[in-house]
Amino acid sequence: MAELDQKVNLPDFPEYQTEDGRLKIFGFWVFLAAEVVLFSTLFATYLVFKDQTAGGPTAKDLFEVKEFMAETLILLTSSFTCGLATLKMRLGQKKGVLMWMGLTLLLGLGFMVMEIGEFIKYVGEGATIGTSAFLSAFYVLLSTHGVHVSLGILWVSLLLIQVVKRGLTPITSRKLFIAGLYWHFLDVVWIFVFTAVYLTGLVS
Amino acid sequence: MDLFDMKMPDQLIVWGNPLINGAWISIILVTLGIVFVLTKYKKWRWLWDEWLTTVDHKKIGIMYIVSALLMLFRGGVDALLMRIQLALPNLEFLDAQHYNEIFTTHGTVMIIFMAMPFLIGLMNVAVPLQIGARDVAFPTLNAISFWLFFAGALLFNLSFVIGGSPDAGWTNYVPLAGEELTPGIGINYYLWGLQISGIGTLATGINFLVTILKMRAPGMTLMRMPMFTWSTLITSVIIVFAFPVLTVALALLTFDRLLGAHFFTIDGGGMPMMWANLFWIWGHPEVYIVILPAFGIFSEVISTFARKRLFGYSAMVVSIVAISALSFLVWVHHFFTMGNGPWINSVFSITTMAIAIPTGVKVFNWLFTMYKGRIEFTTPMLWSLAFIPNFIIGGVTGVMLASAPADYQYHNSYFLISHFHYVLIGGTVFGCLAGLYYWWPKMFGFKINERISKWAFWVFVIGFNMTFIPMYLVGLKGMPRRIYTYREGLGWTGLNFIETVGTFVMGAGFVLLVWAIIYSIRHAKRDYESDPWNGRTLEWAIASPPPHYNFARVPRITGQDPLWRAKKKGETIFEEKTPLKPIHMPNHTGIPAVMAGFWFVAGFGFVFEWIPVGLAGILGVLLCMMWRSLTDYHDHHEVPVTELRDAAAEEIKNAGGRSARGVVNDG
Ligand code: HEM
Ligand SMILES: [Cu+2]
Repeated sequence: MAELDQKVNLPDFPEYQTEDGRLKIFGFWVFLAAEVVLFSTLFATYLVFKDQTAGGPTAKDLFEVKEFMAETLILLTSSFTCGLATLKMRLGQKKGVLMWMGLTLLLGLGFMVMEIGEFIKYVGEGATIGTSAFLSAFYVLLSTHGVHVSLGILWVSLLLIQVVKRGLTPITSRKLFIAGLYWHFLDVVWIFVFTAVYLTGLVS
Repeated sequence: MDLFDMKMPDQLIVWGNPLINGAWISIILVTLGIVFVLTKYKKWRWLWDEWLTTVDHKKIGIMYIVSALLMLFRGGVDALLMRIQLALPNLEFLDAQHYNEIFTTHGTVMIIFMAMPFLIGLMNVAVPLQIGARDVAFPTLNAISFWLFFAGALLFNLSFVIGGSPDAGWTNYVPLAGEELTPGIGINYYLWGLQISGIGTLATGINFLVTILKMRAPGMTLMRMPMFTWSTLITSVIIVFAFPVLTVALALLTFDRLLGAHFFTIDGGGMPMMWANLFWIWGHPEVYIVILPAFGIFSEVISTFARKRLFGYSAMVVSIVAISALSFLVWVHHFFTMGNGPWINSVFSITTMAIAIPTGVKVFNWLFTMYKGRIEFTTPMLWSLAFIPNFIIGGVTGVMLASAPADYQYHNSYFLISHFHYVLIGGTVFGCLAGLYYWWPKMFGFKINERISKWAFWVFVIGFNMTFIPMYLVGLKGMPRRIYTYREGLGWTGLNFIETVGTFVMGAGFVLLVWAIIYSIRHAKRDYESDPWNGRTLEWAIASPPPHYNFARVPRITGQDPLWRAKKKGETIFEEKTPLKPIHMPNHTGIPAVMAGFWFVAGFGFVFEWIPVGLAGILGVLLCMMWRSLTDYHDHHEVPVTELRDAAAEEIKNAGGRSARGVVNDG
């Protein structure tokens, strides 16, 4: 019960406390449904074009197991730390939220640095968006995910400023919770990237 | 390629063609006129406070409808120009290029910037009222949706005077629309205009889905919802699942054109058919996005003016749900002729024909609703009555097109053109007009003059059939669509001439309609009647126009057609005895309009491939979102009880002392 004492008068699920909060969370789920359609379309496009290399580099030539495994691990870990932050939010522990969300951001940044590094390397090897349909689909799918992650980093940073300024209220909790949903969603998308793009690319 | 090289297109300011010069002059005059009037009457502040920053769903709805009517005018002028060119063989009124541009902008404007916004406008006006809500779920997002539509429409409509219009058809098929065959910026206008407004539409879909599922008044179960609300719900679901596909398709073509990607080019391993598939996976659901709400409107109007409950309510619900599911399974019927093989064509033939079943169910339900009803021939009812036979003509020819072997004959001919005009005009446009007349008194407190409107109705409907019946015939005689002229002696001349005359008759109908509106704004008696049509649903239980918070007390619902039931029983649906409580309402905000302004800058920059300008616009959009995130903590205010009381007193005074509530006006 010691933990409960630290609650700053927040109910069990602060993010659901206000009518407005409930609506926004539900609305965000609907938005994620639209995102699922968006990414499905990009995946379908990628799968249609994955062998259309037009004489340029193939998936096998480019992908390196070490690199994409590292990216995957980093992103999965960030999902875990993001989950811990949500837990801390429900317990009303501001410090814990700031720490775990901060760590999530760092991992997200690390992921972005690696992904951009990967792209730069490929371009150096002569594999650009204009090389083949395969590479067009590859770059567009991955950068759509990457742009989402970058926007997520920007968004969460902004939320952390608000948490520092205002503490954990039903409103900031709701915002954190929704940002968390978004972050986990991007992780799920990445798992599909991992299988449909990288693993499939290695065996084909 | 240097991304930061800001090159000029060949002709930045389009000038030289007399039609376009005329357009320039009128644009400049109208803009000056608006600026002058706003300044002279000191209305700038009013414009900003009352309209540009509003988050009130009713005002947003009105702005959508006004914009859609303007777009109807623009698309209509395009249509007249095309018909003049085709009236007789070998005319040289428009050259081939100009003709291509005009049919492209006509189709795009009519579907994306007229039909959809008109219907979304009516949804905004009516749906929250029909479910007893005080606003939509996300009022600021709703304003963002409108302003994104507005920015996209403005961008698209600039094309013909600045830089040149898109010219590859509203379907924008590649390889024609690719960088190689159509360099220049016209296609970019198409891509960015649709992209920006499409994001707004997606937001609308999310907003109305949440509003309808989560904000209904107590007692309004799903199966007690008015049919227009049902059709809006299902339309929203279609929007959420279809629009992301359009977003992707437009983005991929943008990357092909801007960055040299190879999604749709033949070299580099791309596939032109990929565009056709993506476009129609969105495109066919889109045609249902513009027809289902119209079905909803007809259901309301027919049941109101037949003075009967909607026949087969649950069958109606099942039908729209079935239609929405099927709408995602038929897209290949748009390219039966493009090499799919007999199996695929057969499957898609069957799914397409299957859509006719739920559609037929609905038609019978409307007929049975009227059966033995005491029909009152008001203008909204006339449009609904005309819809039934005209839509059937469109539907039956649709089933003919759905037969893949026969479609080899009809495809790309005027027969097809006539099919979709019968469903889009006979269905969507008639529905928009029925809805406009029906909810007009709710929006403004007076009716549109019935006498002039009935003239407008007859002239329009006669002109419509005079235009499109011959189109079926000339299509069967082999006239293909999208040709700018034709030879003599093919047997097409007489029919084409009748079509052109018919188009002018339709144009006259439109002018009469606008005249009816202007006449009524100037002369109609403001009776502020809350229930002028003797309605059945909740929107008729509150003042016309409604107060900004809609319902001072939230109504309690005990069945379908709640107001009608209450009137029959002589009861009221508001618990008048419970004390009034202060109401939370969202604050006005300028962020949506400013953000859409930045989207416009971004779109404009990317259209001309001036990357720095495009990126600056995107940066502005991001800053707006950040600003909103930091400041949305106090975005509500409280409406005090005293204000609610004053408004109620005012309403009773306006209604001449009689309160419409709890009184059945007749029968
Ligand atoms: C009974 C229901 C319907 C059936 C069976 C049907 C069938 C078809 C078929 C098979 C085509 C393609 C023909 C071709 O390209 O050769 C087509 C085109 C089209 N239909 Fe329908 N349709 C139906 C209802 C509707 C409705 C309700 C709308 C819109 C409100 C609509 C709008 C269109 C449009 C816009 C096109 C052509 C677009 C273009 O190529 O530019 N249809 N329809
Ligand atoms: Cu279709």
